[in-house]
Amino acid sequence: MEAVLFFLAALGALGGAMGVIAMRNPFYSVLALIVHLFSLAVLFLLLTAAFVAAAQVVVYAGAVMVLYVFVVAYVGGGGESAWEPIPGQRFLAPLLGIALFVELSVAVLSSALLALGTHGPDVEAGFGDPAAIGTLLLEKFLLPFEASSILLLLAAVGAIVLAGRKREETA
Amino acid sequence: MSATPWAWLVLLFPLLGSIVIGLGFRVLPRRVAGILGTVSIALAFACGVGALLSLLGDEPEARHHASSLWDYASAGGLDIKLGIFVDPLSIFMVLVVTGVSTLIHLYSYGYMQSDEGYHRFFSYLNFFVFSMLLLVLAGNFVLLTVGWAFVGFASYALISFWYRRETATRAGMKAFVINVVGDIGLVLAAFLIFRELGSFDFGPVFEKAPEVFTTNEWTVTAICLLLLVGAFAKSAQLPLHTWLPDAMEGPTPVSSLIHAATMVTAGVYLIARTHVLFELAPTAADVAAFVGLATLLVAATTALVMTDLKRAIAYSTMSQIGYMVMGVSIGAYSAGMFHLMTHAFFKALLFMAAGSIIAAMANDQNIDRMSGFGRAMRFTSIAFLCGALALAAFPGTSGFFSKDEILAFAEARGGMYLIFTVLGYFGALLTAVYSFRLVFRVLSGTPCKEARELIETGHVAHGEARNPATGEIEDTDVGFPGPEHHIAEQTWSMRAAMAVLAVLALVGGLVQIPGVDDVVGRFLEPVFEASPLAHIHPSIAEDYVGLGIGGAIALLGIGIAYFLYVAQPQRPRQLEQRLRPLHTLFANKWYFDEAIELLVVRPALAVGRFANRVFERLVVDGLVSGAEGTVRGAGGVVRAVQSGFVRSYALLLLVGFAGLALYFLLSSS
Amino acid sequence: MNVEWYIVLSALLFCTGAVGILIRRSPMVILLCLELMLNAGNLALVAFSRMVGNQEGQVFAIVVMVVAACEVVVGLGLIVAIFRRRLPLNVDDLRELRG
Repeated sequence: MEAVLFFLAALGALGGAMGVIAMRNPFYSVLALIVHLFSLAVLFLLLTAAFVAAAQVVVYAGAVMVLYVFVVAYVGGGGESAWEPIPGQRFLAPLLGIALFVELSVAVLSSALLALGTHGPDVEAGFGDPAAIGTLLLEKFLLPFEASSILLLLAAVGAIVLAGRKREETA
Repeated sequence: MSATPWAWLVLLFPLLGSIVIGLGFRVLPRRVAGILGTVSIALAFACGVGALLSLLGDEPEARHHASSLWDYASAGGLDIKLGIFVDPLSIFMVLVVTGVSTLIHLYSYGYMQSDEGYHRFFSYLNFFVFSMLLLVLAGNFVLLTVGWAFVGFASYALISFWYRRETATRAGMKAFVINVVGDIGLVLAAFLIFRELGSFDFGPVFEKAPEVFTTNEWTVTAICLLLLVGAFAKSAQLPLHTWLPDAMEGPTPVSSLIHAATMVTAGVYLIARTHVLFELAPTAADVAAFVGLATLLVAATTALVMTDLKRAIAYSTMSQIGYMVMGVSIGAYSAGMFHLMTHAFFKALLFMAAGSIIAAMANDQNIDRMSGFGRAMRFTSIAFLCGALALAAFPGTSGFFSKDEILAFAEARGGMYLIFTVLGYFGALLTAVYSFRLVFRVLSGTPCKEARELIETGHVAHGEARNPATGEIEDTDVGFPGPEHHIAEQTWSMRAAMAVLAVLALVGGLVQIPGVDDVVGRFLEPVFEASPLAHIHPSIAEDYVGLGIGGAIALLGIGIAYFLYVAQPQRPRQLEQRLRPLHTLFANKWYFDEAIELLVVRPALAVGRFANRVFERLVVDGLVSGAEGTVRGAGGVVRAVQSGFVRSYALLLLVGFAGLALYFLLSSS
Repeated sequence: MNVEWYIVLSALLFCTGAVGILIRRSPMVILLCLELMLNAGNLALVAFSRMVGNQEGQVFAIVVMVVAACEVVVGLGLIVAIFRRRLPLNVDDLRELRG
């Protein structure tokens, strides 16, 4: 059962990823990414990370992607011309991507980390629950938590500054 | 007070004078600056007398004191102190230098009155006296070299005093460059002395030298030859003499002080001071004597045909210093120093008188245009005559006794040295001829235009301001001679100085009459005690025979001059035609300038040109531009990577990452 | 499923995102591909967290999500600003920083 779910979710994730990079219209790319994000949420659930999965759906697929949709609607989605100004880019990029993938896989599969071949230790019931994550966030990882909030503030301010309309010159 | 504090004071006053006048040139009025300059040297003279008196209070054997202010360098085996050495020889030089300098300062007070650079003049002149005193009072070879170099600089500054005149600056540079050659010789000699004897101080050096060196060993000969290079450059002996005639570009007081009485005698002083070394290297001493003799004759022959008044007197200086160099090289130390003293008197006087005459000629120095000043300028003529009589060694004058003492010594030494006596007398004949040539040409005869103007109106002739050598027009502002010309008849300070010197030139020899008194000789005796040569004394009879011959030669020379220039004035022209090649040789100063130009200047310029064209351009520039080009090329290549395309940057990133991962994979397997 | 599968999947997604960045020219799509890569990283983190048995990896993944969100916000702001100035929305045309 788990395997089936895994493969379905994996297919969804891969499909979404392919869609993102292959679609001409940026809007379609956004939609493909949403599909990808949902599949990832399923995968997180399979890995007993309930809170992360929920956050993925609510925050990522919910908020961030909505933002994307708004911007795509504003900016519009033109296609890109076929001509490639950088010589060799179109050829080298997939090649390198494949090379990298091969290297990473080899690294993982022939790794001395034997634990990789297992499902992981048995975990208690509340593993990955919001309570558990929240406790960690507020106890052990308080500083990163606070830092992230500052980061969010900065990003918000930055975005307003960047995208705000320029004030007209007053005489 | 013992002698050394007096000696330090001697050094102090001229230095203070120079600094005060130099720094205060805007605030001090002219007269004050002149008075200050003169008084500081007079004070130095007074302190010199004080040092003399205290020295005389010592026992003759103990008449040498060294004193040092502080250690200049004591490290690594070196022990150089800022030290002076007071003994009869240095006090003698101090007295001569300060005495004559005081008179020359007094003379300049009047002569340079209308010059814009009055303060600068006195500052430089005081500095020169300070350097010369430093040279003679120095107690070790390092301080001697310091004084030597300072004197060279002061000479340069004063020769090119009228710095807007191109001929003057060129002459100054020539003097300085040749003097530097001498400095090199002196410094190398000092190095060798230190290497062999382990000290720079005079006392230890002269004590140890006879023990360390054997006679004519190559080291001591090398030291002496190097010292001679220095001495010849400073004293304008062959072949380093070409700067002296050109140095006449400086104002007349400068010629009179530096190039007659003091700086050019530094070489003579050096040889006398280091006589211990020269006696250990007789070959070098003989070389010096022969060079002195050669200079004597070459300069005397050149002076015979010189038409520039100051240059003629300059060659006369060169010739007389040849006598002195010859004297101290063959062992006639006190005779040589005595001649130094009398020469200072009469040569300074001759230059002063010449300055007065040239001023009357509106700065024209050509004797072909001068005549009849005997009537126009009584005082100056008499002074000039006194000087010329002493120069020609007219019986009874100071020059008579001093010159003949040297020649008598040469005869007493015998053997090869008789050459010096014979040729020395021949030189004396030439001296008498040329000195009275000047007297008769300039002073006698019908007055020339300027002289007539002076007789009739009492005013000094006023021409356009011109460079006497090249005839270029000048103005009379700073850097050029002033607008007014001052003659002795109208300026009391010039008269006072010349009068004192005239008296000294005439009677100064009376201190050293053979058989009667021996003031200089006995005073200097302690210095040369240990020298075997100094004990050679001609007998009284030999002395008087020498004096007789000398007197006769002088009168003969004066007679010849009278014959050629007064009785039969067309004769010189005829002689010139008959002996044309000889005349050309003399008139071209024996072609030394041309020889140096060919042998030294042109090769140096060629090397410079080669260095500039080939070495600099190809090698140095090539290296530098090559490096630059390489860097620029490399930069160009690297710059191509910065294309601005984000995606290509990302690609490179990925390539790097993949490469790194591959490396780690391979290295861990 | 063994953890390996998740990791290999994560690697595949990461490489896909990387290739996407290299190939696409619209800044919008490049940002999307960046999201892909970040999510791949998240997946790896969570998988390892499961492998190790504690939840620190998950907290890490949450922080990564926060950072990704901030970055997207600023990136989109940039895109809007570029669009407002009527510049071409094409990373190849925006290349003034060059040697």
